[in-house]
Amino acid sequence: MSEIIHMEGIRKVYDTGKVKVEALNGIDLVVTPGEFVAIVGPSGSGKSTLMNLIGCLDTPSGGRYRLAGENVSAFGKDDLADVRNRRVGFVFQGFNLLPAISAYENVEMPLVFGGVAPKERRRRVEELMERVGLSDRMEHKPTELSGGQMQRVAIARALAMQPDIVLADEPTGNLDTASGGDIMQLFTDLWQQGRTMVVITHDKSLARRASRIVGIQDGLIVSDGAAAA
Amino acid sequence: MTRKDVSVVAHLFLGSARLQKKRATLTIASIAWGTVTILLLLAFGEGLKRQLSTNEQAMGENLAIHWPGETSKVWKGLPEGRRVQPRIDDIAMLRERVPECDIWGEMRSGRTAFTYGRKTVNASLAGVNWIYGDFRKHYPRPGGRFLNALDEEEKRRVVFLGYELAEDVFGKEDPVGKTLLINNSPFTVIGVMQKKTQSSSYGSPDKHHAVIPITTFRALIGRDKLWVLVLHTRKPGDMAGALARANEVMAARYGYDPKDEHVWGIWNTVKGQEVSAKIFLGMEIFFGIIGALTLIIGCVGVANIMYAVVTERTREIGVKMALGARRGWITAPFLLEGLIYTFLGGLSGAVIAIVIVTLLGLIPQEGNQVLEFLGKPTLSWPIGAATVVILGTAGLLAGYFPARRAAAIDPAATLRYE
Repeated sequence: MSEIIHMEGIRKVYDTGKVKVEALNGIDLVVTPGEFVAIVGPSGSGKSTLMNLIGCLDTPSGGRYRLAGENVSAFGKDDLADVRNRRVGFVFQGFNLLPAISAYENVEMPLVFGGVAPKERRRRVEELMERVGLSDRMEHKPTELSGGQMQRVAIARALAMQPDIVLADEPTGNLDTASGGDIMQLFTDLWQQGRTMVVITHDKSLARRASRIVGIQDGLIVSDGAAAA
Repeated sequence: MTRKDVSVVAHLFLGSARLQKKRATLTIASIAWGTVTILLLLAFGEGLKRQLSTNEQAMGENLAIHWPGETSKVWKGLPEGRRVQPRIDDIAMLRERVPECDIWGEMRSGRTAFTYGRKTVNASLAGVNWIYGDFRKHYPRPGGRFLNALDEEEKRRVVFLGYELAEDVFGKEDPVGKTLLINNSPFTVIGVMQKKTQSSSYGSPDKHHAVIPITTFRALIGRDKLWVLVLHTRKPGDMAGALARANEVMAARYGYDPKDEHVWGIWNTVKGQEVSAKIFLGMEIFFGIIGALTLIIGCVGVANIMYAVVTERTREIGVKMALGARRGWITAPFLLEGLIYTFLGGLSGAVIAIVIVTLLGLIPQEGNQVLEFLGKPTLSWPIGAATVVILGTAGLLAGYFPARRAAAIDPAATLRYE
């Protein structure tokens, strides 16, 4: 498998009744394993729409999308849910941890959906919490954690099912500089360990760490190239 | 549903139930309240129905009581306004001609003196054919009996007492076997009526009067005119035919137009029974509707709470979907919650209602005038079954609609940072 993401002529139209908004106008994008791609662009450029499509949270209005060889543009809702579970690890700007349950249970959630046995779940969650440096915070609720800690829990959750890609939407956008730096370092480490990362960001210092920067404007890719070192 | 589905749903459900103890308790309490209300309502309705029916039937069933009156039509040269007065001998003739029903006559004297020792009580006295006892539900207390054929044949001086009259005359003494004076003639008490609650009567309530053989009555008073003539049929449907034939026989005997409706004042209890049956049915429907509405209100409450929960947890549901939850895994916990809340609420409501009804049943009915007419609240299987069906449906609906709403959530829309 040489390509993880293969998008061809992807279009997305939002039909709000009276007005049709073309969010994406024909995106061609190929991401190969081990890449660290930063998608940058002004607000309203279609970044978030692209992220939703890559993450299988939404389906394109036109074009073809293969994720890890599977033609997901033809999938139904429950199959898409399975694809998200197995192949995509999400990291959001607003963390999106479930507030009522502990950090441990948050990380465990995708493993429950993946049908992983309880013993194996415990082993993996403990390993991941160790990996993000929060072994001593497992029983804490999200509200008892700092922003940086919450984002690290979210990253542990994203990695739980050993997905093909980690898909992050402004992962540092809600953090102070120091915590943001920690998260960027964690992303760099993950990439160097061979993970495929796709990050949507405004943050130039984060984009600079990527191996490739894709610029997007008005629903089209306007630039694509290696990051200036 | 696969084993994986079951384990995922169980995990999610147990997680949310653990978190929402207070909400769960309140919801279950509201369903329980609704269940108690509907069950008590129906139990009181059922008890009232049974009691009213018993009270009404205490006088006897399928009776047509005939009071003699005057003719209102000219008939075969005879003028109108003639009095038709049946006599004791007519009974034998009617029994022969209209064999499909039971017929007896009654004579009555309003204020009669009953004396025992130094005590005298005034009450009404009836002279009847002995078959009266069963059809008019004059059942004797243990140790006594009602009049029989021999009493009637031999014109015995025996008397059967209503229980209140017996108490008025004899106090705490057992009257059976004792001799009392009726208008200064000695009579032997052969039985005292068992207690019964009676809502309708003619003459006087049965508990207040005394009954002697009709033949003895004639000998004592010296007249043979009947106060009333009574027909009884085994089945309510036979009454109309029996009435028509008896009327024809009497019309031929006394010379009046059989179509003359003024000759007899007739109280046909079959008609009354039909009306009551309709009233009872109406009552049950009324109680049922009120009860069902009460329960539905409870379930709307559950659905409302679950809707609020869905709205409140929109982001959470979106997150779970992003992490790979199938739609069924999102909706099943809501459905389960709805069902389990209604089940637990219904169960505890039923237990509470059963306890209340049982406790109310322990209040002695005898001597309590309210209860004698209200009856004892009674829970029956049909009531239980109806409640289960209503609760089950409502519980499913209470879970279904919010669940459907949860399944329709678009994860992409909820996860955007605001």
